[in-house]
Amino acid sequence: MMASVDTAALLDWIHRFRDVVTEKRDWLTELDSAIGDADHGANMARGMDAVVAKLDAGAPATADELLKTVGMTLVSSVGGASGPLYGTLFLRMGMSAGPVTELDATALAASLRAGLDGIVARGKAEAGDKTMFDAMAPAVDALDAAIAGGADLVAATEAAAQAAAAGRDATLPLVARKGRASYLGERSAGHLDPGSASTTLLLETLAQATADSSR
Amino acid sequence: MKKLINNPADVLDESLRGVALAHPELSVDFENHVITRATPKDAGKVAVVSGGGSGHEPLHGGYVGPGMLDAAVAGEVFTSPTPDRVQAATKAVDRGAGVLHIVKNYTGDVLNFEMAAELAEMEGIEVGTVIVDDDVAVQDSLYTAGRRGVGLTVLLEKLVGAAAEEGQDLASIVELATRINGQGRSMGMALTSCTVPAAGKPTFDLPDDQMEIGIGIHGEPGRHREPLAPASEIARQLVEPILADLDLTGPAIVMLNGMGGSPLIELYLMYGEVAALLEKAGVQIARTLVGDYITSLDMAGCSLTVLKADDELLRLWDAPVNTPGLRWGA
Repeated sequence: MMASVDTAALLDWIHRFRDVVTEKRDWLTELDSAIGDADHGANMARGMDAVVAKLDAGAPATADELLKTVGMTLVSSVGGASGPLYGTLFLRMGMSAGPVTELDATALAASLRAGLDGIVARGKAEAGDKTMFDAMAPAVDALDAAIAGGADLVAATEAAAQAAAAGRDATLPLVARKGRASYLGERSAGHLDPGSASTTLLLETLAQATADSSR
Repeated sequence: MKKLINNPADVLDESLRGVALAHPELSVDFENHVITRATPKDAGKVAVVSGGGSGHEPLHGGYVGPGMLDAAVAGEVFTSPTPDRVQAATKAVDRGAGVLHIVKNYTGDVLNFEMAAELAEMEGIEVGTVIVDDDVAVQDSLYTAGRRGVGLTVLLEKLVGAAAEEGQDLASIVELATRINGQGRSMGMALTSCTVPAAGKPTFDLPDDQMEIGIGIHGEPGRHREPLAPASEIARQLVEPILADLDLTGPAIVMLNGMGGSPLIELYLMYGEVAALLEKAGVQIARTLVGDYITSLDMAGCSLTVLKADDELLRLWDAPVNTPGLRWGA
């Protein structure tokens, strides 16, 4: 039974996310070249490398400072639309988390909810627009539902990761209504949204980091 | 594709180095990829900042100078600059009267400039924003990221630059910029794709006997593809959707713009065709630009921009401007 995520687990999450976007860089870029401008994998890998370099040079001791550092580094290194969107996600998570060294299930869920609200405020996306929202929103809902149902953090973050993956897969037939993909109209259907794919990796690595730190 | 480059990764830095050497009247911040005037405008005047991905030269860096922009932020080729760099430009040129951000309507540009404006406002700099979305090739604006910002950006930068130089305040300049965006429209076409240096091959395949109608400025696909036609027919395909979108009868400022890979002799030929069609439709061409003003790297093709003008806009248009890309009266 695991009750909270500490800064070491958050740091582990960030490292895992860096590793997986690096490993899957070509896949993310391939998804993006079908309906966007073929730079999502390279941009996310470059951004997360910058984040890890920054944290390796001296990781903040509190959750808010750690998450804000991740956000500001992504904003200044990713570019395109993903930089401000992922940057805002982490900045808002940090603002919600506050100057603590660990987050319990409720605090983690509130922090991710704040991050999701930030993405919506920044990108104005709605459900079904074929964006990262389509993976992030069901994941946050699943996290809340699991915690309300009494699940522990490991089970709750796993449920969130599964909901994200289902949301990502559901973007396949959608016609994009936001971002560069929207210029393609009907031609954007039949392709996974690259943003929902990287967001699913983010939720999957959170579940892995949570599971690992509970051992 | 043959290019005049060294290492593809160094194209932007090395190009900015050339800009700095060729134009001592400009100042280049190599860390942030920001071009500013070497001599700032007088304190108390609104500063005008534009920017976006590179590859559209002379836009935006070539329009920095008295009568036009105070700073241009250059992103990587076809990639929006990040908020910290836009903020650096904003901070560098603020003269205490606020700063106008001119943003072309692409999701990346809009989001990065929006964050930059928030960062600048946290430091006490007032920022106004105009989002340019003049491309009639994007039809369905409710279910897309909206119309793209293209040729009208050049005319808008000139006009609001003149208003800022006159000493108009930020609210008036935002209003002027919004009005200009509302009464100008553009449409473009391509004979070839373009080649991003880092990619090394054309962004899309366009056979020798085909042309792409309704292109943007990043090698995005257009409205449709069809067999290559004579200039008179291409002119009709540029003029008609613009006039169908907005009543542009009366005085107008018209730009026939080259996409980077078409010679001036063809651009003037095209201008002759579109001018005849526009005049016939009741557009009175009051001022004209013909040439490469907002390009898409080495793409062959052209775009047409028509801006409905009045006495105030013509006065601002005729005001002195002294930049590498646009210069008169100075």
